[in-house]
Amino acid sequence: MLAIRAFLGAVAGSMTSPLRPGDFRATINPLWSRHRLSGRVEEISPETSDTSTIVVRPGLGWRGGLAGQHVGVDVSIDGVWHRRTFSLSSPPGRPDGLIAITVKARPDGAVSRHIVHALRPGQTVRLGHPSGRFVLPDELPDRLLFVTAGSGITPVMSMLRHLAEGRRMPDVFLAHSARNASEVIFGEELRRIAAQFPNVRLYEHHTRPAGGRPAARLTMAALSAICTDIPERMAWVCGPLGMVDDAESYWRESGISDRLLTERFHSVVSPGGGQGGRVRFIRSGRETTATADVSLLAAGEEAGVLMPSGCQMGVCHSCLVPLVDGRVRDLRTGEEYGAPGDLIQTCVSAPARDVDIDL
Amino acid sequence: MAAPTPLSAGDIEELGEELDRLRAEVLASRGEDDARYIRRVIAAQRGLEAGGRLVMFASLLPPAWLAGTAMLTLAKILENMEIGHNVLHGQWDWMRDPGIHSTTWEWDSASPAAQWKYSHNYVHHTYTNVLGRDRDLGYSMLRVAPEQPWRPVYLAQPLYNLALAVVFEWGIALYDVEIERAWRREKDLDETLSHLGGALEKVARQGLKDYVVFPLLAGPAFLPVFLGNLTANVARNVWAHSVIFCGHFPDGTRTFTEEEIEGESRGEWYLRQLLGSANISGPPALHLLTGNLSHQIEHHLFPDLPSNRYAQIAPRVRALCERFGLPYTTGTLPRQTANVWGRILRLALPGPTRSRTGETSPEPVIPARAA
Ligand SMILES: Cc1cc2nc3c(=O)[nH]c(=O)nc-3n(C[C@H](O)[C@H](O)[C@H](O)COP(=O)(O)OP(=O)(O)OC[C@H]3O[C@@H](n4cnc5c(N)ncnc54)[C@H](O)[C@@H]3O)c2cc1C
Ligand code: FES
Repeated sequence: MLAIRAFLGAVAGSMTSPLRPGDFRATINPLWSRHRLSGRVEEISPETSDTSTIVVRPGLGWRGGLAGQHVGVDVSIDGVWHRRTFSLSSPPGRPDGLIAITVKARPDGAVSRHIVHALRPGQTVRLGHPSGRFVLPDELPDRLLFVTAGSGITPVMSMLRHLAEGRRMPDVFLAHSARNASEVIFGEELRRIAAQFPNVRLYEHHTRPAGGRPAARLTMAALSAICTDIPERMAWVCGPLGMVDDAESYWRESGISDRLLTERFHSVVSPGGGQGGRVRFIRSGRETTATADVSLLAAGEEAGVLMPSGCQMGVCHSCLVPLVDGRVRDLRTGEEYGAPGDLIQTCVSAPARDVDIDL
Repeated sequence: MAAPTPLSAGDIEELGEELDRLRAEVLASRGEDDARYIRRVIAAQRGLEAGGRLVMFASLLPPAWLAGTAMLTLAKILENMEIGHNVLHGQWDWMRDPGIHSTTWEWDSASPAAQWKYSHNYVHHTYTNVLGRDRDLGYSMLRVAPEQPWRPVYLAQPLYNLALAVVFEWGIALYDVEIERAWRREKDLDETLSHLGGALEKVARQGLKDYVVFPLLAGPAFLPVFLGNLTANVARNVWAHSVIFCGHFPDGTRTFTEEEIEGESRGEWYLRQLLGSANISGPPALHLLTGNLSHQIEHHLFPDLPSNRYAQIAPRVRALCERFGLPYTTGTLPRQTANVWGRILRLALPGPTRSRTGETSPEPVIPARAA
């Protein structure tokens, strides 16, 4: 059986050479390619004033993912493909086979604004495969704590939906921070789940409540007064950098860091150090110059080089490329490093001086 | 550059700036329409190829053979010219589409993409028309410029150029291996052998498809399908050969010496591309089928601009030529082809080694401005 398949595959390959059979299939329908995974936008529904959920039908080759994982999504803007990472907000294994991401349009966000305001049903997006460790363990703990803010709710929504479909809902405490009640992404659904399951507690923290006085941001110290059994819970935290940093130090100080999982949607870059320089992409024969605060990924994309990438914030290592010559600087730490042959993360590395990379 | 043009150094610099501006304008306006264009051409090409091969399966009926072969020929021409050549130039890299990118593209030609990109994009486009440096096939095998010293072998050049046209893709592939440079010890032998291996593998793969797999699949129509594929390949070869020879060899184009390009400025580089290239005039369908190499001048000035834009900027390039009193060589395909063949016949015989700078283009725009 396998031998027959391999034979047929070889025949099909020799019929389409130098292209692959998938290239021909994708010309008819992008969803029919296995080696370049695509999805078709089925539906776009607004969640809040600046956030929408995009429902996508993934094409052949989609392997599914776990609740809480994220996926690389490419959208074409003015003919140019742009990749960003989004957490899946849908539960895994939906019967209709669809998946969803929920995107907040950042004020000067090139891609998020396009997705929320310009993407239309019927258009094609490219997809990566789901990855990430911000997921539920195989064996569910009895008590869970989710702390989220803004669009940080998305991976947690996927987990909650997954749990709500399951046989048993564990004890869940969800603390979510948003400007006000109408700005809570998935607000209605969250409140409904909390009403439906007696052991789900929802605590909404509003920093700019409508008609009320502005409140301070949600801190772990404040939360521990409301959720008194934090140390007994397995915790997931996803939100702005300040919130995640605060959570990490809280759990570290309590000596229970192993009970905490965090997800950041972007990273801080520290400016300065080195002067940048010429960047040569050896294999594609391209050359460009980049200043010390521009990542090699951004510089390469700008120059039209096909740069592998994923999270674009230094966590997934999809963007590793061998350094041929020169030194680079880690944009997160400011540290300069790199010897020929080192695999560098282009998304968080800037040229410290002239560099050659093997791409 | 000591080129005898009527331009002052200041003029040349200004010309370069004008062309740089034109290029920047196109770069800034690339967008969805361009992306849609290339996607459509690719879809049409794949449709034609699949359709042509399918129709050819009914080849026992002569009209089907004819239709199938015609479709496949068209598909192969589009694949090599408007798609392959231009994608491999990186004209579409800005879209960052891994499916339409110079670093991932492979084409239906005997030359493996990587080897061809080196010899064509780098050597030919950098040293355009520089005798002794431009490894464009014409300059090494043929005597196409009177400045090239005559050798007895050139007596046969009309014949072997004809043969070359028929097997053009193999000729290029073999030539790109640079065996003669290995012979002269200018190129590493192992590297040459590995290039040769790559080319042979590619020839075998493409040959297997056209001459074994599809004919076998056709069963009783084995022979007609075999012949249909052969016809399509040969027709594509002859077409590509004609178009390419019209690009640099018609009267009006000129060659350069290595001394002339020493210390060449950006403006002078542009000028050399202008003077060394010739266009083919005709309707839009002709431009498409030549892969827009009918806009050879625009292509040589801006090798990596999307091909669909050449027609758009051509009037402006031509106006610049008028302004600076430079020739803008162009003519119809039959006329340019006849012209090139005339030259190949003429230069097969010993004779004039004089510089042809006095010659005017077939369609002189305006006479050279007095210096
Ligand atoms: C693992 C992971 C999961 C993610 N999941 C989601 C998700 O479910 N929903 C979602 O909306 N986004 C999510 N993101 C963020 C998303 O990938 C993009 O970074 C975001 O949409 C901004 O892209 P942009 O092109 O619009 O902004 P850009 O044009 O790239 O950036 C514009 C400006 O916004 C800043 N910026 C970028 N991202 C953020 C951010 N997250 N918070 C604050 N400022 C930012 C940049 O520093 C820059 O100054 C996720 C990111 C990661 C790494
Ligand atoms: S893209 Fe994920 S680490 Fe660089």
